[in-house]
Amino acid sequence: MPTIGIVIVSHSAKIAEGVVELARQMAPSTTLLAAGGTDEGGIGTSFDRISAAVATASAGGGAVVLCDLGSAILTSETVVDFLDDADKERVVIADAPLVEGAVAAAVAAETGGDLDQVAQAASSATGVADVHADERDLRGGDAVERSTTIVNASGLHARPAAELVKHASAFQADVTVNGVDAKSLLRIMGLNVGAGSTVAIMATGPDAEAAVDELIALIDGGFGEKA
Amino acid sequence: MTLDSTWVRAWIERTAEVVTAERHALSELDRQIGDGDHGENLARGFAAVRERMTELPDDAPPAVVVRLVATTLISTVGGAAGPLLGTAYLKAAAALGEARELDSDSVVSLLTAARDGIVLRGKADSGDKTMVDAWTPAVEAATESAGAGADPAAVLRSAADAAALGAASTEPLVARKGRASYLGDRAVGHRDPGAQSSSLIITAAADTAAESTKES
Repeated sequence: MPTIGIVIVSHSAKIAEGVVELARQMAPSTTLLAAGGTDEGGIGTSFDRISAAVATASAGGGAVVLCDLGSAILTSETVVDFLDDADKERVVIADAPLVEGAVAAAVAAETGGDLDQVAQAASSATGVADVHADERDLRGGDAVERSTTIVNASGLHARPAAELVKHASAFQADVTVNGVDAKSLLRIMGLNVGAGSTVAIMATGPDAEAAVDELIALIDGGFGEKA
Repeated sequence: MTLDSTWVRAWIERTAEVVTAERHALSELDRQIGDGDHGENLARGFAAVRERMTELPDDAPPAVVVRLVATTLISTVGGAAGPLLGTAYLKAAAALGEARELDSDSVVSLLTAARDGIVLRGKADSGDKTMVDAWTPAVEAATESAGAGADPAAVLRSAADAAALGAASTEPLVARKGRASYLGDRAVGHRDPGAQSSSLIITAAADTAAESTKES
């Protein structure tokens, strides 16, 4: 399946490279490209740098572009305008916070998301300051609920959180971990759950039972990490 | 009387001279309510335009010259002005089509297409304290002047006068677009640098048109 690439556009080359570095931790095989600063290495954005990055990143199934400030968006939109109509459809400029959006998009791309899913992951990465802000209560009705203990040493840090989200996303069921959406990487990471903590998994929907079984097995197996 | 590609080149040359001469003043305006690089960015962009213009064949039609300005500004101006003015010149080039001679109506189409390009790219309205506040009055004045039968140089003169007033009119405004919008009331009392440079660009068009009329 063609993969989705990600382009980080910032006025600062350091910011763009730093965001790529951070996102790459969770997406080692995804094409993540930094397009920061002007051609001379100053503060600003470069049409040519962004064009080149978009061309490379979209070579697979397309590319999602994340931008920092206004003129980064203007320059990126201009780059897209200069593409052929067929290529235009393979590039999405996501309306998303740069850092959180890049991390969420990278995980979505790494786990095989298509263009819409990766763009959606980026733009939904908002409001994570309070992970419980839109906490969902799935209790009642046919909800399946089970609890277990985190056994791996690092808890639900980035990679295990990404694994959990990837598994949860494969089910139709609505799934929560400690009340937050199990399909949202940033919310799961925001739970800050460490080793030895108890987590409650709850699910509703046709495959709720299977979803809970799989997530419990994943957690009990320590996400493949040493305890 | 009409304007031709000799005028277009003279206009662009004059623009390069003016933004270079005014670059410190423009950057100073930008330092008040933005990131302080508007003058330097434009001077660098138009210096690159000037250099690339020498590579064009002498008989290049106006649209080809204007399109070169567009692509050069887009790739050499690091700030928002690059894509904004770049899109303006790009749409203006499209409006000129194959024309070799510009009458008053073509001058109006050129200005209108440029303004529409800026609005398309920046999504700003009149009164948002942006370059649109120079361009829209210029388009309106030019349309009225051409409707009254003025020649291209007079059309551009009325556009330039309106653009200058438009740029000055941004001083009391609160910015609703761009970096200055983060400043809220603190942007009040400062002229928008993009409106000011747009006024310089349109004034350069009027000045060079007046000179080419005198010569012909």
